[in-house]
Amino acid sequence: MFDRRLIQNFDWGLLCITLILCATGLLILYSAVSTDDPLNISYFYKQMAWYGIGLFLMILMFLFNYKHLDKWAPVIFFFSLLLLVGVLLVGRHAGGATRWLVIGPFTIQPSELVKIPVIIMLARYFAKNVRQNGIGFRDLLIPMGLTSVPFFLVLIQPDLGTAGTIVLIAASMAMFAKIDRRTLICFILIAIVAIPVGWKLLHPYQRERVLTLLSPEKDPLGAGYHIRQSKIAVGSGLIVGKGYLQGTQKKLSFLPEQHTDFIFSVLAEEWGFAGSMSILFMFVVLLVFGLNIAHGCRDSFGAILSVGITAMIFWQVFINMGMVTGIMPVVGMPLPLISYGGSSVITLLIAIGILMNVSMRRFLN
Amino acid sequence: MTQENDIYKCFHSVDSQWFRRRLFSLMIVVLIAFGILATRLFYLQIIHGDHYYNLSKNNCVRMQRVNPVRGLIFDRSGKLLVENRPSFDLTIIPSDAKPVDQTIKKLVQYVPEFAEAILETTSKKIGYGYKPVLLKTDIGRDALASISAHQFDLPGIVIEANARRDYIHPGLAAHLIGYLGEINADEINKNIYPNKKSGDLIGRFGVEKACDEYLSGVPGGRIVQVNANGQMVEVLDTVAPEPGHNVFLTIDYDLQQTAETLLQDKTGVAMAMDPGTGEILAIANSPTFNQNDFIGGISTVKWKELMSNPDRPMLNRAIQGEYPPASTYKVVTAMAAIGEGIINQHTTFFCPGSYNYGNRDYGCWKKQGHGRMDVVNALAQSCDVFFYYCGKKLGVDRLARYAKGCGLGELTGVQVDNEADGLIPTAAWKKQTIGTPWQGGENLSIAIGQGYNLVTPLQLLAFFGAVANGGVLYKPLIVKSVNTVEGDAVITGNPEIRGKLPVNRDSLGLIQKGLLQAVNHPQGTARGYVFDDMIRISGKTGTAQVVSRRLEKEGPNKGCKNSFKSHAWFVGYAPSEDPQIVVCVLIEHGEHGSSGAGPVAKEMIVSYLKSVFNQSSNQADPENMNVFEKSGSGLIMQ
Repeated sequence: MFDRRLIQNFDWGLLCITLILCATGLLILYSAVSTDDPLNISYFYKQMAWYGIGLFLMILMFLFNYKHLDKWAPVIFFFSLLLLVGVLLVGRHAGGATRWLVIGPFTIQPSELVKIPVIIMLARYFAKNVRQNGIGFRDLLIPMGLTSVPFFLVLIQPDLGTAGTIVLIAASMAMFAKIDRRTLICFILIAIVAIPVGWKLLHPYQRERVLTLLSPEKDPLGAGYHIRQSKIAVGSGLIVGKGYLQGTQKKLSFLPEQHTDFIFSVLAEEWGFAGSMSILFMFVVLLVFGLNIAHGCRDSFGAILSVGITAMIFWQVFINMGMVTGIMPVVGMPLPLISYGGSSVITLLIAIGILMNVSMRRFLN
Repeated sequence: MTQENDIYKCFHSVDSQWFRRRLFSLMIVVLIAFGILATRLFYLQIIHGDHYYNLSKNNCVRMQRVNPVRGLIFDRSGKLLVENRPSFDLTIIPSDAKPVDQTIKKLVQYVPEFAEAILETTSKKIGYGYKPVLLKTDIGRDALASISAHQFDLPGIVIEANARRDYIHPGLAAHLIGYLGEINADEINKNIYPNKKSGDLIGRFGVEKACDEYLSGVPGGRIVQVNANGQMVEVLDTVAPEPGHNVFLTIDYDLQQTAETLLQDKTGVAMAMDPGTGEILAIANSPTFNQNDFIGGISTVKWKELMSNPDRPMLNRAIQGEYPPASTYKVVTAMAAIGEGIINQHTTFFCPGSYNYGNRDYGCWKKQGHGRMDVVNALAQSCDVFFYYCGKKLGVDRLARYAKGCGLGELTGVQVDNEADGLIPTAAWKKQTIGTPWQGGENLSIAIGQGYNLVTPLQLLAFFGAVANGGVLYKPLIVKSVNTVEGDAVITGNPEIRGKLPVNRDSLGLIQKGLLQAVNHPQGTARGYVFDDMIRISGKTGTAQVVSRRLEKEGPNKGCKNSFKSHAWFVGYAPSEDPQIVVCVLIEHGEHGSSGAGPVAKEMIVSYLKSVFNQSSNQADPENMNVFEKSGSGLIMQ
């Protein structure tokens, strides 16, 4: 553990980009919450605390050898499922969903945290089963089962966004580990058949909800309005933006959830195209770091684990920014490291801690 | 770190080059995805940036709520009782009205009649947002024209057309229909009314409250684009509100109107019910209040006036008033005495004018005595001594069991809230509440409905309805149906049976006979004031002592001259052979049941049956229409 090489190989670049993103997040959050309502400013201080806790957990995450994660994966996975069951039993109900567990002074959202155990568990499985000509249908049954349990537990909360992310992460990892060509064709065929059949089985009101999700115009006073305002905010930023704290859209609290899911619109309005591209660039750098760590890793568990974490960050960034700019459906999806929210911040920092762990031990294992 | 790429010892099943290729593909995917995002940002911020910038400048795209129209309220035959009328409300959007002070100054010049109201609102903090602040409701057409003409001079001043509740017949069935009030902060926080926002009206009382979820509808909204003055340029999107459902009450407008007229200048209740279904046909409380006063917030003066009135106009006496049932309770006593085998149809007692029990004389209301009485006569002439005897034999607890079985002292389950449950005493109740054991003499008082007994007029009405229909106790219904605006029924008020009277058919026949003779026998207590030579009416009078007789003799000493006079009851039904209507009338301080309450009840019965008769004679063949002749044909004399 106190091997000199660990410190020599520490991924300072990854740490740097993480801290830059956190700092940017705090700056934007301050602007987003500095509206007429003085109560809002407490979000800023809470978020600072969450970053502090998250960075501490990040450090914890690279102190031990990540091989232990392989060993303990089933236990971690099992406990995370217990948390999800706990949410359904004693969770706090708010805004039409039961997503939160209240533990002392903290309110956590286990559906965010559970992404990491899923990644670890799947990495463990795929590392053992990866082969050059692809994984067959039968070997995919177990990871499908492993994914579906947390997926359904999250789906019934309901937290559509997070449930979808879990599936996307799992699919990305499977695709990376390579699925046998025939199996892949099979899956595509099954999907072609299943989607119309499933559509028929849905209640009319459920169909309506799916359609609304896909086209926000169907809900002009809800999602449609959010998208409209969000697009105005983003578009009005022009090249260099209206200036820090000068956004007009956010000042009027017209933007929904401007400190959580729609925080990117505040940044785009105040910092313009230049600011948006900078943050986009920072995320690309983060993702490249993640893939590079997978690239440098010398065992398949570490590599697939890194790919899983990178996939998680990628999907969240892509869906969130796509949603804010109006090219993706409006689902609950925080922007990694930027959006307000303790569970999201902690999940991301733990994930990055694991990436650092894999990175600094690339010569040891 | 690329120089280490050739040593992937730990990849047992795949080689390192294979992994590198796959990672490379992933990188391509990431770059394509971010390319899409970058293109989208370029499109929004550079290509269409100016368009969005202009829209953002004045926060030009706004969401406006469109309030749903509240459902209407009708009587049973579809006569409109409560509707909505347009109201023009003057509002200001502070952020558009730059500067606010100057705009207000100009506004006051154009509509000086509202200067006070406007300045009162604007003297408080009105904020500086894009949320409209209400200045004055219902400004009328003249002011509307004056403001519209100067619209360009008045940035940020917006006139909203809203629907305003209109109680077409102010005061009519006011306690039943109820009124609206503004939602309070607590109700908003608890999200009891999910579709309501601050400033919205909700049902606060009566049917307006009980049926609020049906009446209120679902708000819609529209997305509009406004110009720099805050005036609408274009509607971008609309979601139509869903209008509230219409409520059809069970009450009959004409009968209700008759009852209210009869109660004028009196304090009390007059109610009627269909004994076959439990549908309430009329529910008049007096004094009443004007529901229109509550629209837009009742003024402090009016509220104080209502609350300080000693006759308590806001009290729904019919369901909230608790009164001693007095002699009407003798029906229960008779039922219990027959049911427990204490008396039968042949049992008689001699009434000398008083009854001695435990060194005390319990007087009959007729001091010279009734002579020999059987149960039918005792009911008809309301002989106290007969029922003292029954009460003594029954005891409080047995009598209470029957009273409960008749639905007295228990909630009837009527749909409007704050129903009072009354009180039927038991020995255990007295021990627990008062602390002293039950006295034998009290059995005598409660047998004639005095003492601790308390009932609501609605309980008595429902009970007599059951006596009239052969023993079925119905839950009083006030809502006949709730229909969508298209006319489809959302809910239908079906008769609901609460129970059966604790009596068999023969015994009930005796009681019905007693009630018939109370009105029709020459000696019957209600003969003088209720008897009708066309319609046979059955019923029971009651005279409830407010204070003991001794105090009454000492005379009034506290202001109100009426406060020592007894309450007058009449409960009855008609036509006796085939009851169509059961009525319950209580006149506070009406002195005697027969003279105080009887005429009101009779008038209600006659007017209702006449209208029913007229209606059916318009439809049916003339041979079947001699209801009145039939009922008038034979009086029972005994």
